[in-house]
Amino acid sequence: MRGLGEYIPALIVFALGIAAWEAAVFAFSIEFYLLPAPHVIVASLTENWPVLVESGLYTFTEAVAGYALGCGGGIVAAMAASRSPAFAGLILPYAIASASVPIIALAPLAIVWFGIAQGSKIAIVTLMTFFPTFIGTLRGLLSVSPDALHLMRSCAATEWQIFAKLRFPHSLPYVFTALRSCTTLSMIGAVVSEFFGGPVKSLGVYIKSTASLFQTRQAWSAILVACALGLVFYFAVALVERVATPWRAPREAV
Amino acid sequence: MIDIRSVGKTFSSQAGATEALSDVTLSVAAGEFVSIIGPSGCGKSTLLRIIGDLAEPSAGEVSVRGKSPRQARLDREYGIVFQTPVLYDWRTAIENVRLPMELAGRPRAECLSRTATLLRLVGLDGFHAHYSWQLSGGMQQRVAIARALALAPSILLMDEPFGALDEMTRERLNAELLEVRRETAATVLFVTHSIAEAVFLSTRVVVMSPRPGRIARVLDVDLPQPRTEGTRALPRFFELVTAVREALRKSGA
Repeated sequence: MRGLGEYIPALIVFALGIAAWEAAVFAFSIEFYLLPAPHVIVASLTENWPVLVESGLYTFTEAVAGYALGCGGGIVAAMAASRSPAFAGLILPYAIASASVPIIALAPLAIVWFGIAQGSKIAIVTLMTFFPTFIGTLRGLLSVSPDALHLMRSCAATEWQIFAKLRFPHSLPYVFTALRSCTTLSMIGAVVSEFFGGPVKSLGVYIKSTASLFQTRQAWSAILVACALGLVFYFAVALVERVATPWRAPREAV
Repeated sequence: MIDIRSVGKTFSSQAGATEALSDVTLSVAAGEFVSIIGPSGCGKSTLLRIIGDLAEPSAGEVSVRGKSPRQARLDREYGIVFQTPVLYDWRTAIENVRLPMELAGRPRAECLSRTATLLRLVGLDGFHAHYSWQLSGGMQQRVAIARALALAPSILLMDEPFGALDEMTRERLNAELLEVRRETAATVLFVTHSIAEAVFLSTRVVVMSPRPGRIARVLDVDLPQPRTEGTRALPRFFELVTAVREALRKSGA
């Protein structure tokens, strides 16, 4: 585990950044509706705390549900595809192509298909997280070295043993790289999907409606909440990664 | 023990067919330590892989204790050491040594005592819980040797196991390997680039010529047993080293 001390430089940079922001707003007399000073955003955050918490949880639920479906599906599909490396090689280019489709562009259609409530957002997040996880897991499962396989063969290992004792553990670092980047993707997917329509008490709708009324401080406070939830999600997955892959050298950790 | 009869191997690619091995015939008796030496591209690793059923011969056949290599592999007759240690990152040293026993479904108690014994044998008593990145190259290869011995195989196939190590570590591991081998009755087939290593370790040295790989000469090594560091200073050791070098030169290496 990394010591907390290693985060001190990052925290100092954060504090300096906030101070510079605050100073710039006053030094250049920037209007608060253009760019509110940090202390104004914090004040708005405390004022609107109950609404923000409710909206945050609503949006976060979408992100986590879509993440679980998309990543879970991606891992299972990759495991199935890896049973036949020839088949996997055939579909991998399509999967990579799918990962470059701007899935968020489907958000308005998802509302038509799955309704204005959480269903459509979960569907978008599921799609957004499925392909990166599928590709990462499949690469991990297939990138086993020939000699590692020869070793298994020389020990007369069964196909199942090769999967359970070689391919699967070998793939874990790849899987977790995908899982970590999907946390961010899932928050983006949920918030942006809400821009196209959703209940009032969701982060996306809140940001969009307050911003269009020039209530930028409220919009910023909601963005802050989205950032905080995204960070919590990311570090939760990173923590699971540390526990699940204890063999990795500390320098490899993120 | 191991009978290799007129084995050939041809690899085909877009560039055309490459003959890696041609008409290789060799018999190895139980308990022998046979080194196969030759320049890069002489097919010596391919020969080892054919014996271990990790590659198919294009011609000829191999029998191991009267069985096909495939049957011998399924009967877990082989222990293999590769040029790189091929340790599984997610396993500690002792868990890597345990792997073949796990795959064979050996009882847990047996695994525990056997793996501890093997790690002591290769001088890694205090390193049970170390992951491979925490071990030096020489230590990693020691773990690989212990793993190859886990099921007490009748045949040990070693494919340039010390090729990536520095000269000092290599000589120390040579001596250790002979000691380890005294504990097991395994027949050893040992592929190497190093003339001194081949002479020091073996009871016979097989010299191979390149493109296509053939056996150029087989030399009996009549150095006294057990081999010690003193063996390297014997006049006979130098004579044999010279003889192997001559054979390699004549074979066009």
